[in-house]
Amino acid sequence: MFSDPAVAPFSLSLKDLPWWIDWDNSKCTLCGKCTAVCPVHAIELGVFRRRKVQTPLNFSAQPSQETSLYYGIRQKTDPASACIGCAMCSMVCPNDAIIPRRSDEADKLRYHVDQGGSPRNRGGRRNVSESLLDRIKFIRISMLTDPALDAGRHEFELKTLLGRVLPPEENFRRMKEREWIPPIREIYPLIIGSMSFGALSPNMWEGLQLGVAYLNEELKMPVRICTGEGGCPPRLLRSRFLKYVILQIASGYFGWDEIIHAIPHMKEDPCAVEIKYGQGAKPGDGGLLMWYKVNKLISAIRGVPMGVSLPSPPTHQTKYSIEESVAKMIQSMSMAWGFRVPVYPKISGTSTAAAVLNNLSRNPYASGLSIDGEDGGTGAAYNVSMNHMGHPIASNLRDCYLNLVKIGRQNEIPLFAGGGIGKNGNLAANAAALIMLGASGVQIGKYIMQAAAGCVGSESDRCNICNIGRCPKGITSQDPRLYRRLDVDLVARRVVDVYLSFDTELKKIVAPLGRSTTLPIGMSDALGINDPAVAERLDIKYVV
Amino acid sequence: MCRLFAITSETPLSPMRALEALDVMREGHDGSGVGLFMRDLGGPFEYMKEAPILSGIFTETGIKRLDDFMMEIGFLTKYRLSIHISEAPPPGIPQRDVYLIRAYDYPKSWNRLSAREKYARLLILRLELQEMGMAENDMIVFSFWPDVIMIKEIGDPLSVAEHLQIDRAEIQAGVIMAQGRQNTNYAIDLYACHPFFLEGYSTMTNGENTAFVPIKEYLISREFHGYRGYQSDSEVFTHILHYTIAKLGLEIECYKHIVTPLKDEDIDVHPDAVLLKHLKHTCRRLIIDGPNCVIGSLPDHSLFMVQDSKKLRPGVVGGRPGVFAFSSEICGLDAVIPDRDRSKDFQPMHLDTAIVGPDRQEVKICSQTQPLPLFH
Ligand code: SF4
Ligand code: SF4
Repeated sequence: MFSDPAVAPFSLSLKDLPWWIDWDNSKCTLCGKCTAVCPVHAIELGVFRRRKVQTPLNFSAQPSQETSLYYGIRQKTDPASACIGCAMCSMVCPNDAIIPRRSDEADKLRYHVDQGGSPRNRGGRRNVSESLLDRIKFIRISMLTDPALDAGRHEFELKTLLGRVLPPEENFRRMKEREWIPPIREIYPLIIGSMSFGALSPNMWEGLQLGVAYLNEELKMPVRICTGEGGCPPRLLRSRFLKYVILQIASGYFGWDEIIHAIPHMKEDPCAVEIKYGQGAKPGDGGLLMWYKVNKLISAIRGVPMGVSLPSPPTHQTKYSIEESVAKMIQSMSMAWGFRVPVYPKISGTSTAAAVLNNLSRNPYASGLSIDGEDGGTGAAYNVSMNHMGHPIASNLRDCYLNLVKIGRQNEIPLFAGGGIGKNGNLAANAAALIMLGASGVQIGKYIMQAAAGCVGSESDRCNICNIGRCPKGITSQDPRLYRRLDVDLVARRVVDVYLSFDTELKKIVAPLGRSTTLPIGMSDALGINDPAVAERLDIKYVV
Repeated sequence: MCRLFAITSETPLSPMRALEALDVMREGHDGSGVGLFMRDLGGPFEYMKEAPILSGIFTETGIKRLDDFMMEIGFLTKYRLSIHISEAPPPGIPQRDVYLIRAYDYPKSWNRLSAREKYARLLILRLELQEMGMAENDMIVFSFWPDVIMIKEIGDPLSVAEHLQIDRAEIQAGVIMAQGRQNTNYAIDLYACHPFFLEGYSTMTNGENTAFVPIKEYLISREFHGYRGYQSDSEVFTHILHYTIAKLGLEIECYKHIVTPLKDEDIDVHPDAVLLKHLKHTCRRLIIDGPNCVIGSLPDHSLFMVQDSKKLRPGVVGGRPGVFAFSSEICGLDAVIPDRDRSKDFQPMHLDTAIVGPDRQEVKICSQTQPLPLFH
């Protein structure tokens, strides 16, 4: 028996898709804006047939039928065009006639996205909304045992240090003997984490840089931003704003030809150099810029041909052991700027983080460690890496911090934490929790994309097409037709808003704890959680 | 809030003077404990300045164990100040067997040791005794150091003094620090009573140290055996002082720069900006936050007071050449040195360290904005 060719094993009905389009015929004016804007062509103009049967009440007349056509919006069901729920159609619809809705059960699309044998890859997030950090409470409130501080009126110094801080004895010895003392940067503890030029659109990058420059120059907030692995526009390399930038080098070394050549022309040293060994969203996998996004500009900055995918190797090709090659790489990067710039590695959260840290603590040039937890975001990764690989940040960071405490180097090697901070909007609370667990500062990516540029991605697998260059908000696209949707100045303005409100919230947290002159790094006695196992694991208080 | 009183005088005084001052300030403390620190001793101890003095509280078995322990090492009792507790203590003061203040002769085998080595060994012995006492609950050792006596007890300061017969000719000192405890955060614990002592450095504090956990962790990880205990969050102030001077080789003027560093913009315009920046970075874990008034005594017999960076606690220093006192409240000062020039009373503010040197001639005020003395 032959099969019915209309029903293939991978044929999907609307019910099988994760997102359904609700379209209201009575409101639609057929303007066509939704179909034009849809980034995945999930909807198209549809011609629908309507049949009306009329049965007269007296038997003398014959029943009749009338057939008519109407035009409307039809949702496609082939996997390549499945709706991603971005709701751009709703945004552009003048009559509120269309909106995507989440299906009522797990979709069947997931079993068929690997058409052609290629597993799903995407950008975005892990799509798990639960957050341990959200559950941590700040339980130490000064009231009567001593005067609490006033977040609105008292002065606060909430800076952190990025760089190797020597033990005081050693520091003073070197001061006396005029020996080299590692560079230290005083920075704001909320860093915009590594998102490359290429992963981000030019407008997004410029908006972020503009916002950061404004925060520094006008508001005196020493906010820093990391480039990610994609080089840095030559003009920025040669500008005084470079000091607000952390340059990232990763296994593809993209853009480093340009950077090295620019060194003699640099007016300022960069804030730091981050050597990426791993990334929380896709541990064990290298960076990936898919060919869609490698246009003329990107290829020029990165020093590669146009239109080819740019997968960075999972590891640095020269890396054969942490003791030697990592140490050498850290040393070479330090040397490139005359040992004036802090150099630190970034790794993905892993059960081996403590071993990495131990090695770094013995490397005199290592200026910190950045750990990116499993909730970190990305511009492109395989689904499986994003969903199933990696280590939660809280216990990873805590273990590393307590390890440093044990060897007495807690002030020496600052730890920076990333991955899922503010994933449910609680940016300051999550950041403060990590700081009190031992982080010197935190790095954010997705949060700033959402807050500053209106990224519509969410933890329920909405949008997440950052990898294919069709970002509907123009944040992660290299197509000028898309990224001109993003107003550079408005992005900058929102960056400033985010930092100012974060600053107020952070003060609201630390003031009642009685802290104002230092960040409460490692002040774990102020933390509590209503789960005894977590409390024990993180060495914080169990409260119910 | 606990009340603090410290006095430094050319002619040795009875500690009762300090306790009287605490009594005048009694509205400010609940009489839940008292701590006394004395150095530059008068009376019989004046003639044995080099002999280490053990101060503590012992049970009968504790004393036996102590004697065995000290004999074993070769320490011989040189002088004993026995406090006989005949009667049952008044309400609020626990029943103890023996309050011990005993001066020793060093073992013969120690004669060849340098003073430095002797002191290092004294600390080890004190910690060992403390641990022995902790294990059996039969001894509490406060200090074991030449020319230093410490007494701490739970209860109202004056009742304790009466019960322990502190008002006697043998107990006199040129430097006295006294704390009347206001119990807030902890169960009444003798170990939480100030002052604290480590290798010749002593401080007492009133306030709340919100940075206790990171500071404690940092001190413990310095791998110096004296940095331990921490039953009270204020013990770290003594250890930071010790660390500043004994370990980092800095002067007392730097202490405040460590516990409450200047704001960055003030450092930038300071004549020692580079040093201060390094100090702030490298000693970041020792920054205290929260309200605190610290009074301390140094091995050279100086007394000093510093306040937290917002000056949230009261504190005043005043006196006349020959005798100066530091007090939480002016009424304490009035009670003990009424015949001073009150217009010269000084209340150290958020940048000040007030120091009365061993000569007791004047109050030296160092502001954090002034240049620092060089390393020694
Ligand atoms: S929600 Fe987005 S993907 Fe879905 S139809 Fe609308 S525009 Fe297209
Ligand atoms: S809006 Fe853009 S950046 Fe956000 S998830 Fe969608 S494609 Fe990615």
